[in-house]
Amino acid sequence: MGLGKKIGNVPGIGLFKGLKVTLNTMSQVMKPKKMGGGAQTVQYPHEKEAPPIRARGVIALREENCTVCMLCVRSCPDWCIYIEGHKDMAPPRRAGGAPRKVNKLDRFDIDYALCMYCGICVEVCPFDALFWSPEYEYSEPRIADLLHDIDRLGEWMETVPEDPALEAGADKKGK
Amino acid sequence: MIASLPYWVATLLRILGGAVAVLLPAGTIVYVYLFKMMSFMQSRLGPMDAGPYGSLQLVAEVGKWLQKEDIAPEKADKRIFRAAPLVVLVSTFLLVAVVPFGPDAYFTNFDAGLFYLLAVSSVSTLGILVAGWSSANKYSLLGGLRAAGQLIAYELPMVLAVLGVVIQAGTMNLQGIVVKQNSDSIFGWDGLGNPYILTQFVGFLIFMIAVQAELTQVPFDMPIAESELVSGYMTEYSGFRFLIFFIAEFATAGIFALIASVLFLGGWGLPFSWFGWAPNGTHEIANWMNVAGPVIMFTKMMVLSTIIMWVRFTYPRFREDQLQRFAWKVLIPVSLLNIAVTAVLKVVF
Repeated sequence: MGLGKKIGNVPGIGLFKGLKVTLNTMSQVMKPKKMGGGAQTVQYPHEKEAPPIRARGVIALREENCTVCMLCVRSCPDWCIYIEGHKDMAPPRRAGGAPRKVNKLDRFDIDYALCMYCGICVEVCPFDALFWSPEYEYSEPRIADLLHDIDRLGEWMETVPEDPALEAGADKKGK
Repeated sequence: MIASLPYWVATLLRILGGAVAVLLPAGTIVYVYLFKMMSFMQSRLGPMDAGPYGSLQLVAEVGKWLQKEDIAPEKADKRIFRAAPLVVLVSTFLLVAVVPFGPDAYFTNFDAGLFYLLAVSSVSTLGILVAGWSSANKYSLLGGLRAAGQLIAYELPMVLAVLGVVIQAGTMNLQGIVVKQNSDSIFGWDGLGNPYILTQFVGFLIFMIAVQAELTQVPFDMPIAESELVSGYMTEYSGFRFLIFFIAEFATAGIFALIASVLFLGGWGLPFSWFGWAPNGTHEIANWMNVAGPVIMFTKMMVLSTIIMWVRFTYPRFREDQLQRFAWKVLIPVSLLNIAVTAVLKVVF
């Protein structure tokens, strides 16, 4: 039985252990960077921490995939998505065919003052038009300016990370 | 030295000195400990942008508080509500009045100094109780009552712990206690003088614990207890009145550290045997001690406030009943025993 074990049983020794923990943390922070010291935090505006790849920062829109099906609008618990669209005629697929009816998107706004980042819209979208992006720096001085439009949502598409590789055995079956 | 100056110059000097003696420790403690040490212990850097390493953060904070609106609740007892922070601050200034910083560098020096000090230190309790009560807010009232209960409970062990020092020094004059510590000897060896932390270690421990409670620092911050009482007696205060409470809290922390260094660490002095000064009276001591004394005091204050703040940033808060039980069932009996043992040993040696 070592001395350390004996000391560990003295009543009140935990008080000193607690003091040691805070002292060790302090000396770790005060150690120079070269020796592996420093704080756990980063000095935000000067240096930025990369958010985790699946962070729910903001919802981005891939406009060409949207069919104005309104599923996201109806499933949103906060009613913070606004969509307007119109029917349009597209040229026929094959020569001699009839022109096709398509839905064109006129307006797609998300009010981030209302959004609670539940992600139901992303889940529910059947056409892969909505994505989570880890982008987080989009606060505004005025609350009304948090209503972001189709262009802004489209810009955020660039920040959407690539899908992580599937796990082994998780490949799609068939076609 | 000061006595030879005209009265108004001496008074002006004392006012200036008092302001420095209150504000300098407060500012230093807030920056070094509250901003930096606390941050480091929580593995972050603390304020870094205002000035190099955030050293001007204090100026920014004070500026912010001074601009804020001075709000009193509608139902509050407004005159008392407004006066309460000043009562607390005044008690801080009254405390510093008897602390000696050098052989001639003191504000007042009288025989009942220690008695006065202990009496005046409880004036702040009044301010806090009155602040809580006049706020017309249940959290404030609870905070004020808790503060009153706690400060009374811990005043007692503090007085009793100090009694050991008084018995050993044979005087209640703080200047006398300092001189005695630096000119005494331990069993005939006078290389260190006789700082009472060695002979009165139990008393020192009790005193520091009581100081921690008296300052309502964690683990004894039940009166503020932000998770249950919002901010205790300070809940309704804003702007410069809150600032005054804040300054008073940390200035008092510094001054209690100064007092502890006077009582237990030898105050402004270095062991007199190093310089061959005579032990009786202060007139033998060289004049440069008036300059070196405050620096030495400041160093000792920093050491003691490091301990106070280190404890503050480490431990969780006591529950209200544990806090009272600890004072009445542990600290007071131990300090009574300490007095008895000290008295017996004083007679024996």
